[in-house]
Amino acid sequence: MTGTSKNPVADVPRGTTIRGKWNKQTYQIMKKLGSGALGTVYLADSVKGRVALKVGTDSMSITSEVNVLKQLSMVQGTVLGPFFYEIDDWERNGKKFPFYVMEYIDGEPLFTFINRRGKEWIGILMLQLLRDLSVLHREGWVFGDLKPDNLLVEGSPPTMRWLDVGGTTPMGRSVKEFTEFFDRGYWGLGNRVAEPSYDLFSVAMIVLNAGYPKRFDRPKKDSEHYLMNKIEGSQLLREYKPILRKALLGKYNYASEMRQELFALLQGEQINVRKNKNVAGHSRVAARQTRPTVKKKRSGWIETVLLVAFLLFFYTLYLVGHIF
Amino acid sequence: MKKGTLRQILLITDGCSNQGEDPVAMAALAREHGMTVNVIGVLDENERTDGLKEIENIALSGGGIHQLVYAKQLSHTVQMVTRKAMTQTIQGFIHKELQSILGHDKEIEDLPPDKRGQVVEVVDELGETMDLEVLIMIDTSASMQHKLPTVEDALLDLSISLHSRIGENEYALYAFPGKRKQVERLMDWTPILKDIHTIFPKLTTGGITPTGPALKEAIDAYQKKRSKRGLLNDGYIEESSS
Repeated sequence: MTGTSKNPVADVPRGTTIRGKWNKQTYQIMKKLGSGALGTVYLADSVKGRVALKVGTDSMSITSEVNVLKQLSMVQGTVLGPFFYEIDDWERNGKKFPFYVMEYIDGEPLFTFINRRGKEWIGILMLQLLRDLSVLHREGWVFGDLKPDNLLVEGSPPTMRWLDVGGTTPMGRSVKEFTEFFDRGYWGLGNRVAEPSYDLFSVAMIVLNAGYPKRFDRPKKDSEHYLMNKIEGSQLLREYKPILRKALLGKYNYASEMRQELFALLQGEQINVRKNKNVAGHSRVAARQTRPTVKKKRSGWIETVLLVAFLLFFYTLYLVGHIF
Repeated sequence: MKKGTLRQILLITDGCSNQGEDPVAMAALAREHGMTVNVIGVLDENERTDGLKEIENIALSGGGIHQLVYAKQLSHTVQMVTRKAMTQTIQGFIHKELQSILGHDKEIEDLPPDKRGQVVEVVDELGETMDLEVLIMIDTSASMQHKLPTVEDALLDLSISLHSRIGENEYALYAFPGKRKQVERLMDWTPILKDIHTIFPKLTTGGITPTGPALKEAIDAYQKKRSKRGLLNDGYIEESSS
């Protein structure tokens, strides 16, 4: 594709042993996981156990991705991208192929998970995503190329993991890697400056994508109106409309704002569900039910007092009877 | 530190040249002048790509990037090609610098991987902050007629991406063939690529494809711009020294 001729991305057959030129670590290729514009990712076996290994052709773009992975590994307390192990070169038939090694995330694609487990997971997983994004933003980074393909759901309890962090951009710079459907520039609803609201637009579009799995193209003009109609037209999306609208129009400055409102919305929904099912919650209903037991206790106390009073009365009579 | 300016010619076409100078030679000339020539070939659905070897050759000799796309993907491609070409040019500078430090036969790959990270950071930094001039040259031969609305969208998209950078941008817009001449200027150098929706509907399409003369005109336009700036700079220096 580029003007300078480069080595084609060669398929590395299963069972191949890759040995790093600089660090001398060896990896045994188990299977191909996927390939993108910059290289191919393989599952490999090593002394560290199972790892994901990305082989590319252009050492500058591979290095650029590694720069981001290293930065993300430095964020304390939260697991953002896949954990980074090392970068090296592999020499094969006299040609050098740069590669890097990272944690293998054994997860399920976001939408596959939601289809299997139920639509109610969208809101919950978005809450997780927004929490992680707010950490990323605080560290001065913007995800950039946020889309379902870059998100995996792993383990139990199900946790959202980020797969491809190649588009991650320092705050204030321009986003270079993006996917049109999730890019606010494409919809004419903003620029491509890396700022939190850029990612939050993409989050909203991920939710829209859940409602419209086949996606759709932009209209000739007035995409705002067009997108609002799309939200109205889907039963799944309608309930999220106030939040989606604000995110699409760039009204949230921070991921935490959007997260709070989504949280409130999901909670409100749960209360509604409870009311409909007529199950006693924590509110007035509960208080009314406990009150009669208090009354009973009080009447029991009165009974005791009366009984004691009676006994005392008869005992007095008995004593008086003895005297006479 | 003064960061210099990247100069690009972006050629959007759909076929072979059939009039005037050899475009591959003109691209080589542009490269000598310190410009990069990028070429995007816009295909119709089901169109075969074998007649488009010239596109690749122009980009190769112009030190740039070429890409063949269907009209639908044009927006994404135009901004991507422009940015990639910027990165490639900057990497070229850095490569030369490294050779002067490490020795003539050394490549970036000869650095240990950990050191490469710093080189990439410098490239990213320059790509974000350097000024950029793009001269856009649009093929308006008859077969391009129905693709022009898509070209318009793609250019707007390009300006969104470039304006999100920190560095300054300038654009000029030309069409070939023009109404009366082989090449026609649609828009002189401007920092904002706007009002193109008023220009595009007025474009008339013609039969010939004078790609070579178009590139020659682009080189001239850059030369004029540079000499104008030279005059301005001289004037400024005289003023400040008196």
